[in-house]
Amino acid sequence: MRPILYALSFLAVIGLAFWAYRENYATQKSLRQVEALQTEIGTLREALAVQRAEWAYLNRPDRLRELSTINFDRLGLFPLEPTQFGQIDQVSYPVPPAMFPQDSLDGILTIDLSGTLADPDAPTDDSAKANEIVDSHEKQVP
Amino acid sequence: MIRTPLRPLARILSARARGENPDSIERENIRLRQEKTRDRARARAEGRLLLLGIAFAMAFTVIGGRMGLLAATEPSEPRSANSGAQILTGRADLTDRNGRILATNLLTHSLYAQPKDMVDPTRVATELARLFPDMDAKLLLARFTDGRSFVWVRKTLSPEQMQAVHDIGDPGLLFGPREMRLYPNGRLAAHVLGGASFGAEGVHSAEVIGTAGIEKYLDTQLRDPALEGKPVALSLDMTVQATTQEVLAAGMKMMNAKGATAILMDVHTGEILSLVSLPDFDPNDRPQALLKGDPADSPLFNRAVQGVYELGSTFKIFAAAQTVDLGLLEPSSMVDADAPMVWGKHKIKEFENHNYGPLLSVRDVIVKSSNVGVANIALQIGAVRQQAFLKSLGFFGPTPVELVEAAGAKPLIPKRWAEIVTITTSYGHGMSASPMHLAAAYAAIANGGTAVKPTLLRVEKPQNAPAVMSPETSLAAIDMLRGVVTEGTASLGDVEGYQVAGKTGTADKPKATGGYYHDKVINTFASLFPASDPHYVLIVTLDEPVETTGPIPRRTAGWTAVPVAAEIIRRVAPLLGLRPVIEPAATDAVTLVHN
Repeated sequence: MRPILYALSFLAVIGLAFWAYRENYATQKSLRQVEALQTEIGTLREALAVQRAEWAYLNRPDRLRELSTINFDRLGLFPLEPTQFGQIDQVSYPVPPAMFPQDSLDGILTIDLSGTLADPDAPTDDSAKANEIVDSHEKQVP
Repeated sequence: MIRTPLRPLARILSARARGENPDSIERENIRLRQEKTRDRARARAEGRLLLLGIAFAMAFTVIGGRMGLLAATEPSEPRSANSGAQILTGRADLTDRNGRILATNLLTHSLYAQPKDMVDPTRVATELARLFPDMDAKLLLARFTDGRSFVWVRKTLSPEQMQAVHDIGDPGLLFGPREMRLYPNGRLAAHVLGGASFGAEGVHSAEVIGTAGIEKYLDTQLRDPALEGKPVALSLDMTVQATTQEVLAAGMKMMNAKGATAILMDVHTGEILSLVSLPDFDPNDRPQALLKGDPADSPLFNRAVQGVYELGSTFKIFAAAQTVDLGLLEPSSMVDADAPMVWGKHKIKEFENHNYGPLLSVRDVIVKSSNVGVANIALQIGAVRQQAFLKSLGFFGPTPVELVEAAGAKPLIPKRWAEIVTITTSYGHGMSASPMHLAAAYAAIANGGTAVKPTLLRVEKPQNAPAVMSPETSLAAIDMLRGVVTEGTASLGDVEGYQVAGKTGTADKPKATGGYYHDKVINTFASLFPASDPHYVLIVTLDEPVETTGPIPRRTAGWTAVPVAAEIIRRVAPLLGLRPVIEPAATDAVTLVHN
């Protein structure tokens, strides 16, 4: 029994020593790799700083202004004006998709914007209101 | 184990034969056996104690050794730990409020020579002089051959220049890495940024130090390694700054002015969104300061902060606001405005010898910009209260804005505050202040009466500062200023949808020899917008403008500074996200009805 134990512990020591040896070298390799990576990160950071500086240089307001002037015929860019502000109710609603085949119901009923069924001839309150809103916009925004 | 019997038969028999007591043999054996047992137990205990002792000794040795090791070794970063920012970016970037770069670093190379290693100094000198036209071949050769072992040739090189120097191919020419400060936007916000140059220089690196503006003011912070190169955000908005600069430059040209400045400030936070001073310079290539003559003639001069001028009628609103705040007068109360007013040997006149009197309401004193009216208001307030109020608005010390130049630009205040000073100060003569002071004071009026410290750093929250006037006074003052634009001297300043309110100021420039010029003026328009809920203050000052479209040249602020300011507001307000609104009608206004 005892010799077997001795032999086993001896083998275990050899195994552990081998494992420690390998781990040691693996660690050293990883550390070298980390150092190489950090050098690379440093170089990349440097390159990034240069790119950022270049980006800022190429996007300087003077240059953009000149470019938009040169390319005015293609881009047609103007400075932002107070009149370019809109209001949410100036945006028209999207036309809802037809709920019924149009030809079969033609002349009988139309579908107004709010989705309810209404008489086509009688002007609805909604459309009158909508006209008012449009009018008020025209007054507001010269 | 062989067990010895207690009564061995042979010894018992022989003892009996000798007539001895055999029991003694048994006792003797028992004693021997007990002794043996005791010895064994002792040995075992000793062994255990020894083992325990060794274990403790080892444990203490390990702990002690580890402690000693920790105490004795130099602390070092764990090699495998993931480090953050590198030391590479030595000086932090400066960005605008939206993170767009205003100042950054660029890695370039410096060129130095070791003449001892040089193969052919004559050729090197001629080649270098050919590459860099500002260098003199003879001078270079003299420095290469006078026996020194080290010569700086150039502080920074572009990559192309570096390649050209490489192509010379002399082993005596060497390169060292250099971090260079770069302002990619050129002249934009030049007076805010200031500039940077090299401090202590070595072959492998050089210190970059700020030489003016915010670069110098924040030098320690920008170089702090603890910040790990984190960019510092300024309050400036690059788009707004560029637009203001463009419009102001055009306005300065149209009004034939010598110089101009504009300050746009958030009235709640005190953030300066745009600070322009013209003429300006390129901080990448900062010009030399003037050695003689008026420093105001140099493009380095920051008119917004260093330009201490008599700001003229823009001061009138302070007297009007104070009298309302003290409860002495209402905006509608009538005051004596009979011009000219004689005070001692002084005669106070109106613009072009008008007479707006005999009586004017406080509001009309501001709207019509009556010197006599405001002088009477100020006399009623008194010198002590007037000084205290102007002090609370920040007019008695340098502005706290983050520029090195700001601390040196103290307002000029008369030493003796005689009654005539009370009178002249009320309409902005006799004491001088910078446009930045004016911006801070107008911001206090605009934001409901809270004192504001102008700042160039981005802040999130409104300033928690003491109130200098009541919110009601602030509203009344804004209404008076709005009146100046709708019915008074600044009618060209009305921008549809933005309800500009403001006050014009025209001041004759003082001669260096005493007295005033009659054809040189400083025109100021101090404005706030939108009047119904003021967000921003804009100060525009033009130096020696003259408007020549009419038959006679016009030099009042209403014709020069006001249209420029209006154009700035029209262009900048949409960029600030301000939506044009229809001015709310006064609820108690009487409507004229026709049948």
